Amino acid sequence: MGCGTSSSVKDKKSEKALKAALVIQNWYRRRSAQLKTRQRYALTIFQSIEYTDEQGQLQLSNFFSFMLENYTRVLEEDSELVTHLLGSNIQDKDRQDYLGLIDVPDSYCGPRLQFPVTFTDIDLLIEAFKQQQILHAYYVLEVLFETKKLLQQMPNFTHTKTSPSKEITICGDLHGKLDDLFLIYSKNGLPSVSNPYVFNGDFVDRGKNSMEILMILFVSFLVYPNDLHLNRGNHEDFMMNKRYGFTKEVLNKYKLKSVLMPPIPIDGDRATEKENKVGTTITARGIRRNGSLSEQLTKHEWEQVIDILWSDPRGKRGCYPNTSRGGGCYFGPDITSRILNKYQLKMLIRSHECKPEGYEICHDGKVITVFSASNYYEEGSNRGAYIRVSSGTPPRFFQYQMTRATCLRPLYQRVNAVESSAIRMLKERMISRKTDLIRVFQLQDCSKSGKLSVGQWAFSMENVLGLNLPWRSLSSRLVTTDKDGNIDYMSSFQDIHIQKPVKEVQSTLIETVYRYRSDLQIIFNVIDSDHSGLISMEEFRSMWKLFTSYYSVCIDDSQLDELAERMDLNKDGSIDFNELLKAFYVVHKFDKLNKSDTKVA
Amino acid sequence: MADDRSREGTETAVAEFHKKIKEAFEVFDHESNNTVDVEEEEPTGYIRFEKFLPVMTEVLLERRYRPIPEDILLRAFEVLDPAKCGFLSKEELIKYMTEEGEPFSQEEMEEMLSAAIDPESNSIHYKDYITMMVIDEN
Repeated sequence: MGCGTSSSVKDKKSEKALKAALVIQNWYRRRSAQLKTRQRYALTIFQSIEYTDEQGQLQLSNFFSFMLENYTRVLEEDSELVTHLLGSNIQDKDRQDYLGLIDVPDSYCGPRLQFPVTFTDIDLLIEAFKQQQILHAYYVLEVLFETKKLLQQMPNFTHTKTSPSKEITICGDLHGKLDDLFLIYSKNGLPSVSNPYVFNGDFVDRGKNSMEILMILFVSFLVYPNDLHLNRGNHEDFMMNKRYGFTKEVLNKYKLKSVLMPPIPIDGDRATEKENKVGTTITARGIRRNGSLSEQLTKHEWEQVIDILWSDPRGKRGCYPNTSRGGGCYFGPDITSRILNKYQLKMLIRSHECKPEGYEICHDGKVITVFSASNYYEEGSNRGAYIRVSSGTPPRFFQYQMTRATCLRPLYQRVNAVESSAIRMLKERMISRKTDLIRVFQLQDCSKSGKLSVGQWAFSMENVLGLNLPWRSLSSRLVTTDKDGNIDYMSSFQDIHIQKPVKEVQSTLIETVYRYRSDLQIIFNVIDSDHSGLISMEEFRSMWKLFTSYYSVCIDDSQLDELAERMDLNKDGSIDFNELLKAFYVVHKFDKLNKSDTKVA
Repeated sequence: MADDRSREGTETAVAEFHKKIKEAFEVFDHESNNTVDVEEEEPTGYIRFEKFLPVMTEVLLERRYRPIPEDILLRAFEVLDPAKCGFLSKEELIKYMTEEGEPFSQEEMEEMLSAAIDPESNSIHYKDYITMMVIDEN
C-alpha cells in the first residue's frame, strides 16, 4: 500500500515534469521558428532592394548611351569623356609609360613582389594583407599588366581534367570579403597543380578588400595559370564598380590621380568545361580577339554577355525576362536539360545569387548555385560555401560563416541585428518615395481618416516601391496599427527624415536627389574626367537637364540652381558634387549615431 | 442581416489571411515553383502551397498556436525547480530538455544554452531568461 501510493506520487511528479518540459520545448521551438522566419524576411528585404538597384544600374547604363548621343552636342567636344565612357582609354598608353610614373620608395615596408611570381609571392601577399598592409601601386600595375597579357593569350573556354586524386574546388562570389578567401585557402589549401580552383566571378564590390582579393587571385593565377581559373561575374564591369564600391576603394587606397586602372579582361563565360551553357564565343570589353584590337561590343554581343552573367534558374519552365534584376533571364529546368543534353554536359555550377546556406541545388540536381561571401548583406545574414568536385563522384559541399565578434552570440541577437539592418534600409527606401507613397495612400483614404486597411496599405507599398515583400508580415515593424487592425499610414515617416541641407528647398527635390544619389554620383564621377571632384556649372546644368528628361523627373532646373547657390558649393564656377550629395542623408530619430548612413554610392 | 455582414467579415478575413500566407510562403519558395522544403514528416521533403494554404488558414482563423503566456512558461520552469532556488543547473536543464517530452537535438540544446546560461554560475536563472526573451519578442 505504501509502495502503491509512493509510486503514484512519483508518477504524478514525472507526469508534471513531462508536461512542464513539453511547455518549454514547444515555446522554444516556436520562438526558433519565428526567429528563423524573421531572418529569412530580412534576407528577402536585402535581396529585393539589391535587385531593384541592379535594375537601376542597367537603366543607368542605358542613360549613358542616351547621354553620349545628346551630351556631346550640348558641349563643344569632349572626346576624352566619350572614350572614358567607352572604357577604352588605356590602349594608347604603354606599360612602361605607367611604370615609369611610379617609384617604390625605400620607406615602403609593404610586400615586394618578385617577377616572375612564384608561390612564395602568394604567401607573402597573404601574410601582408593579414596585417592590413596595402600593396604598392607599382606592384599592382605589374600584376595587372602581367595578368592581362596572360589572359589575352587564353581562350574564352577552359577545359580541365579532374580525377579522384585531383579534385577541383569551385568557389562563388567573394565580393571583397578577404576573410572568406583566407578561410577557404586555409581550410582547403593553397592552389597548386594538385589543388586546382575555379573562382566564379564577382571578386569585387561591396566588401572592403576587393583590391586585396584581386591581387591574391591574380598572383595565384600567374603562378598556376593552368590550375587557377577565373570566370567573369556581372561585377567585373567598370560601371558596376562605380556604384558598388570597388572604384571608391581604389580611389581611397591609391591616391594617384593620373593612373587609371586598365579594364579587367577575364574569360567571357561563367562556367568551366563541365558546365558551360552557351556555345557561342563571347569576348569581354577591351579584350584582344585573335591578336587584333576588339572594338566596342555590338549590341547583340553585349546582350549575350548580360544573359550569361545576370540570369537565374527558377522552377518555372521556359525562359523569360529577369524582371527583378532588369537584365538577363529566368531559365527553367527544361532549358537546363535541353542545353546540358545538347552539349553532353552533366551539370551547371554557377553563382550570382546569395543563398542562406552558401549553396543551393535545383533543377533536379543539374544546377548548383555556390556563393562564397558569408555575411554578404549583414553580419549573420548567410553562410558561404565552396564545392569539391571530381569526375565520377558526387560533389562535396563545405560551408562556413565568418562571424568574428558575433560568433558566440545567441541566435536571437544575431537575428535582431540582421533584421534591424534590413528594416533600416527599407525605411530609407520608403522615405525616398514619401511624396509618391502619401499620394497613393490618400487616394485610397476616402474618408480622410489617416487610416487604411492592411490590404490597402500593402498594395500601395508594393506598387510604389516595386518590391515583392511579405508586407502584411512586415507591417508591425514599419507602421503602427490600431486596435481594429487598421494602419496609420503616416506613422512610418515619424522617426525618419531626410536632412534638408537648406530650409527653403522643396521636399520633392530633396527626395529626388536622395533617391537617385547613387546614380548621380556615378554620372558626376564619369563627367569629372580629371577626378578633381569638381565639374563646371554648365556641365552640371546640362547633365541635370538630360537626367531629368531621361528619368522623367519633374523638377524645375531653377530649383537646382538655387540649391547649389545656397549651399555655396560654387567654387569659381565649379560645383563640388561630393559635397552636394553628401548633404542629402537620412536621419533616423532614434539613432545614437546620426550620420551613420551617409552611404552615397 | 447581421449574419450576412459577419459572413462577409469572415470572407474578407479569410481573403486577407490567404494573402498573408501567400506572402510568407513566397519568401521561402526561392525557386518560385509553389513548393517549400520541410525538414520532417513529408516523405518528399517539401510541401506544396495548395496543401499548405487551407491548413494554415484554419490555424489562423481558429487562432491556434497563440504565443504561450509568460506566467505559464514561468510555472513550467518552477515545476522543474521544486526546491524553488530560482535557477536550474546546466546539467538539470540538459537532462530535462533532452530526456523528457519531445527531446531537443544537440543543436537545439546548445542554442538554448547560449542565450539562457549565466556563464559565471553555470546555471539558468529562468525568471531573468524569460523576461529577456519576452522583451525581445516585442
